[in-house]
Amino acid sequence: MATEFVARGSNLDLVGIRKEFPGFTAIDDLDLHIPAGEFFALLGPSGCGKTTTLRLVAGLEEPTSGQILIGGKDVSHTKPHERPVNTVFQSYALFPHMSVLENVAFGLKQRKIADPLKRASEALDLVQLGHLAGRRPQQLSGGQQQRVALARALVNRPSLLLLDEPLGALDLKLRREMQIELKAIQIEVGLTFLHVTHDQEEAMDMADTVAVMNKGHIEQMGAPEKLYDRPKTVFVSKFLGQSNLFIGKIVETSANSLSIDVVGYKISVPKDRAEKHTGKIAIGVRPEKADLFQNKPADSSSQNLIGPGEVKDIRFTGVSNQFLVDVPNIGLVTVFEQNEGNSTVELGDQVWISWKVEHSFGLADLPADTLDEE
Amino acid sequence: MRFALGKWALPLYTVLAFIYLLIPIAYTFVFSFNDSFKSNISWRGFTFNNWLNVCGEPGVCDAFGTSVLIGVVSTVLATILGTMIAIALVRYEFKARSQVSLLLFLPMATPEIVLGAGLASQFFNMGVTKGLGTVIVAHVMFCLSFVVVTVKARVASLDPALEEAGSDLYATPAQVFRKVTLPLLTPGIMSAALLAFALSFDDFIITNFNAGPVDTFPKFVYTAAAKGIPAEANVIGSAVFLVAIIAVVLVQLNSARKQKRLLAGK
Ligand SMILES: Nc1ncnc2c1ncn2[C@@H]1O[C@H](COP(=O)(O)OP(=O)(O)OP(=O)(O)O)[C@@H](O)[C@H]1O
Ligand SMILES: [Mg+2]
Repeated sequence: MATEFVARGSNLDLVGIRKEFPGFTAIDDLDLHIPAGEFFALLGPSGCGKTTTLRLVAGLEEPTSGQILIGGKDVSHTKPHERPVNTVFQSYALFPHMSVLENVAFGLKQRKIADPLKRASEALDLVQLGHLAGRRPQQLSGGQQQRVALARALVNRPSLLLLDEPLGALDLKLRREMQIELKAIQIEVGLTFLHVTHDQEEAMDMADTVAVMNKGHIEQMGAPEKLYDRPKTVFVSKFLGQSNLFIGKIVETSANSLSIDVVGYKISVPKDRAEKHTGKIAIGVRPEKADLFQNKPADSSSQNLIGPGEVKDIRFTGVSNQFLVDVPNIGLVTVFEQNEGNSTVELGDQVWISWKVEHSFGLADLPADTLDEE
Repeated sequence: MRFALGKWALPLYTVLAFIYLLIPIAYTFVFSFNDSFKSNISWRGFTFNNWLNVCGEPGVCDAFGTSVLIGVVSTVLATILGTMIAIALVRYEFKARSQVSLLLFLPMATPEIVLGAGLASQFFNMGVTKGLGTVIVAHVMFCLSFVVVTVKARVASLDPALEEAGSDLYATPAQVFRKVTLPLLTPGIMSAALLAFALSFDDFIITNFNAGPVDTFPKFVYTAAAKGIPAEANVIGSAVFLVAIIAVVLVQLNSARKQKRLLAGK
């Protein structure tokens, strides 16, 4: 039946998964490979199919088509209790008729592991709830329930742990502590984590690989730094951090860069950072990669330059100052400057915006509202 | 003025309502101590004899025993069947689900006299001899609807995620049912069973049509009423009432104690 205790992590492969609900396709042709022992984060807007994906892996839904392999074994048609997988449910789903301790010990008892209660209380200590072991779940706060749900899944040391926004209800401090704890457990035991979250910082911070999901399919996946540095679609560039996008026809191509014309400004991107090399393209830059100048800087082939524009808004977030600059015919451009205490730019000032060509990225698609302009 | 009215009207109304409800019970109780002779209609003096010698009047205790037996068997059958139907109706999509739900309400809406007579002619047509078996079949039938309605409400409020969590934690479907579903449905099932027993125990109309020679307690009392109900029947009626009250109080006390223990976090 179930696997050995202290199992190692397992590979997870989803091959051509499709999931249709009556009248609605929740998952559309999903392919995914998660190597054993990896911390994999699934990031995406509400309703994009994250929970459905986890439920498919746990065996709580059956795929309409496609295969699910855990550790190379096809489990597509096995029942949930036969899969070496545990889930931290988005709704916690703690058993109300059992104490917190019994909840945590449930899986261990099912598998006839020795000393279930001792192991369960150790798991509760790990999530800092040892003192509440005798309570009923209804007598705990939302955050405490969430940690019980975490302990109840973790204590089984499954070869694949599915976490559906397991830290959503926690305050920032506890959330950070739990993140560190989770990551430590994951590394120590070598479990494979499939972690669903809304919090992009959490995803970037904890995961080895981040997948950005949209409308039932994966838009892009990769190491967090790579994903952030080089988004490939408009959706990813906007969902993971912020981006300024400039759209225009490619008018000039050199050996290793290409340029578009946007109302008279030439904006360039290295060829190997652009998803396409002909036609209309959206070129983006992260707000923190751009700089503000109060005097027009000299033109340079290694810099993109637009302006002048009027500073419409300045926001102080502590670490950085965020400027919104209205450049005529282009629109609002966001620029983040480090708060080094020497910013002299004020509301209403005329400024130029410049960034290195190598910080540009060229996207595969165009924003929806510009598609029909051609 | 309005304040005074509100202050007095409600308690007064409540007291009157309780008196109204309790007078027949009090009457029954008081007359269980009547030193009756032949009929138990006029007060002839106080005695414990009826209580000490309940089975003195021929047939009272037999009828009571029969009623308990029928009640227990019908309750068990109706509760098991009804619980399964309730779960199926809430959890499984099937054709004609809403029609079946509606059908289950019919026995509650149909006049008992019609149900009783209808069943009796059914048994007659099929050549079934009336007796204990036919009474039990009849009782299971009309208790079933009440059980289904009561348990269904409980099933509907049960979060399916809990059962999913059970199966995610390595429990087979049968174990999930035993360790998660059933314990969570227990309060609903218990109240359904109590209701079924109460309904079965005091049913007269349907029973009278289908019992044949079997004498149940209500049937016995009905027949006896013609010549004045024997005081022993009052004793049994009062005793049933007292047992019910004591049971309710005990359940309340027990759940209060549990609540307190939980709050203490022990
Ligand atoms: N049983 C169902 N029947 C029909 N549609 C469903 C069902 N379950 C989910 N869906 C739909 O599938 C889509 C994906 O749902 P899912 O729960 O996977 O979203 P999610 O990404 O987890 O969202 P959130 O971040 O809000 O939790 C949603 O549009 C939802 O309405
Ligand atoms: Mg979800």
